[in-house]
Amino acid sequence: MLLCTALAAALLLAPGCGRPADRTPDGRVIVTYWEKWPGFEAEAMQAVVDDFNASQDRIFVTMTNISQIEQKLLLATAGGNPPDVSGLWSHLVNVYAEKGALIPLDRWVEEAGITREDYIPVIWDLCRHRGFIWALPTTPATLALHWNKDMFREAGLDPDKPPRSLAEFEAMNERLTKVRLRRGGETVVVRYDELTDEEKQAKQFEILQLGHSPNEPGWYREMWGYWFGGELWDGESVITTACEENIDAYTWYESYPKRFGVRNLLNFGDSFGNFASPQNAFLAGKVAMVLQGVWMYNFIDKFAPHMDWGAAPFPSADPARLKDVTIIECDLLVIPYGAKHPEEAWEFIRFVNTQAALEKLNHGQRKFTPLRKVSEGFLENHPNPYIRTFMDLAYSENALYVPRCTVWNEYKDEMIAAGDKIFTLAATPTQALEHVETRMQWKLDRVLRRWELVKDERLSEWAER
Amino acid sequence: MTRGERRNLAVGLTFISPWLIGFFAFTLYPVLASLYYAFCDYDVLTRPVWIGTLNFQDMVTDDVFWKSLYNTLYYTAFAVPLGLVLSLMVAVLLNQSARGRSVFRTLFFMPSIVPLVAVAMIWLWMFNGSFGLLNQALALVGIRGPNWLNDEAWVKPSLVLAGLWQTGGTIVIFLASLQDVPRSLYESADLDGAPAWRKLWHITIPLISPVIYFNLIIGIINALQMFVIPFVMFKTTGGPNRSGFFYAVYLYQNAFQYNQMGYACALAWVLFLLILLTTAAATLLTRRHIYYAGG
Repeated sequence: MLLCTALAAALLLAPGCGRPADRTPDGRVIVTYWEKWPGFEAEAMQAVVDDFNASQDRIFVTMTNISQIEQKLLLATAGGNPPDVSGLWSHLVNVYAEKGALIPLDRWVEEAGITREDYIPVIWDLCRHRGFIWALPTTPATLALHWNKDMFREAGLDPDKPPRSLAEFEAMNERLTKVRLRRGGETVVVRYDELTDEEKQAKQFEILQLGHSPNEPGWYREMWGYWFGGELWDGESVITTACEENIDAYTWYESYPKRFGVRNLLNFGDSFGNFASPQNAFLAGKVAMVLQGVWMYNFIDKFAPHMDWGAAPFPSADPARLKDVTIIECDLLVIPYGAKHPEEAWEFIRFVNTQAALEKLNHGQRKFTPLRKVSEGFLENHPNPYIRTFMDLAYSENALYVPRCTVWNEYKDEMIAAGDKIFTLAATPTQALEHVETRMQWKLDRVLRRWELVKDERLSEWAER
Repeated sequence: MTRGERRNLAVGLTFISPWLIGFFAFTLYPVLASLYYAFCDYDVLTRPVWIGTLNFQDMVTDDVFWKSLYNTLYYTAFAVPLGLVLSLMVAVLLNQSARGRSVFRTLFFMPSIVPLVAVAMIWLWMFNGSFGLLNQALALVGIRGPNWLNDEAWVKPSLVLAGLWQTGGTIVIFLASLQDVPRSLYESADLDGAPAWRKLWHITIPLISPVIYFNLIIGIINALQMFVIPFVMFKTTGGPNRSGFFYAVYLYQNAFQYNQMGYACALAWVLFLLILLTTAAATLLTRRHIYYAGG
């Protein structure tokens, strides 16, 4: 009987347990915040949170580090117990918004007098979806060509002149690539452009260093088409994977295994260590040029502090028409649907979006501020010597982003699978891309049919929130 | 039912209530819910919309589904029989009275207590085309080994090979059953002058057949649900041309990465039926050959 009573008491008390009290001892409302970065990035965010807490007598923000936030936030929101504020990647805003997982910020943004004019235009667009604003930015990032100046010098190239066109880039690539082979009974090490036509044809060599590999680190290989003027969808309902420009891009991609040999490249790739380690191909001096984001400086600083390097826009296939092509991404703050303290959560987002807080945060995370207005000291004191390059790229009319279609996760996986087929010469670019186009169109159609069913309901629901 | 019996029943139910609650809330309800969602368009966040058999129809035209199914069946077809034969052979050897027997038993069992993620990482390096121990060993005898995990033709054989390393659990079960075979049968076979392989074929295997059957069924179920090793090795891309892309990985991907819980539930039910059919087939095919001492 005693046991039964104890069990019953435990069950009755259960709803009160496990849930954090929502007030501090001094009566401030506790706002829970999920941060996605660990390490020094989290420290930078914590400093801003501390500033906010110090400025407040009504609200107290508690920050928790959450890994794989994209999955956990979704499940927490579905379970009705999300945090009050959460960090999120810009490429997921449309997916989360469309599924009703976020609260639109329009009302608050309007009241606070925040407008598109305050931000780098493309970043504001990243926060919007179907006419509503779902997030405000924190730390943006663009991609640029990073090159190893020492390797340029060694190859007899001018270390201060990065390639301006893809043709120039490829000539440098071949100059920077070193191979070992048997020649006339002897083992010799030569640069790729010194090989005879027969040797190039035979591909009986071992790669010792590469000028560039489109697979290193391969994070954006599904979007190489951007540097050729290609698009992955029309922004509405048509998947355009197999458009001419994308086929050109993947023909360029295919030229790597065709020139250097599939097996040679795979064997060379086997020698790379983890990305965040001194064995990283670029940091270890095995690959001379990579497409990387503004964060790469942090890894250079940590694992290869003596490297002499540079950053410039990654050259496009047609520099006259396609200038300063880059991919832009931005970390954002959102209020999940079902948050217990949305008003207080907004107060925090508003605070983070002041110029002082954003500059402090981005200085700490070594990125650039998403605001148009930049204080003089910010750029001068920034640790990344090329921060202006990355910031200028964000203003480029060719600052492109991940396609904002709700099937992007699947699309990306299909593109990676297609890339593998092309890279191992198991399929031609046309075959592989046409296959992706058909499959993704089928998937997108399915999602659009569903959207048509719930569209009216959703739009009126958002307008009321 | 008397008052005392009712009281006993109530007390009994109260005592097993933690299990009952657990079973209803965490097993029965999710299983039934997944059956319902299999017929819905459900993305976890918005309410499920009934779409009839559309998820199942989609599967028919989904080439990635077929590819993952093929890979999983291929793996099962090779890994299960090879695993059974190998572990039975090792168990028979470990059952001989030889010096250091317990050391060997420990050595063979050890790999099966290594966490699966660690197993995947170890084999990732073992199979490395340039620096892997496997290719280094092959190079010693003049063979240029393949780039195991980057070559479409070698991915599945590599995974089968990696799977064979972890047969410790099966070996232990076989060992236990081998020790149950009555000595007297071997002794009379010895008197008749039967050689070792005949004793194995005519005495050992028939007498441990229920255990072989048990290991076969467990092996099939585990192989069809293969997840951790391919997931760690190839993430969700499935290796070259998706040659290492398994059914359970596709299921996970749909449920948690693509937010297509309805489709994932449909996939889960197809997998369940597949396991049911395969085990039923295995039971039917082996029924005549299994010897139960009491039956």
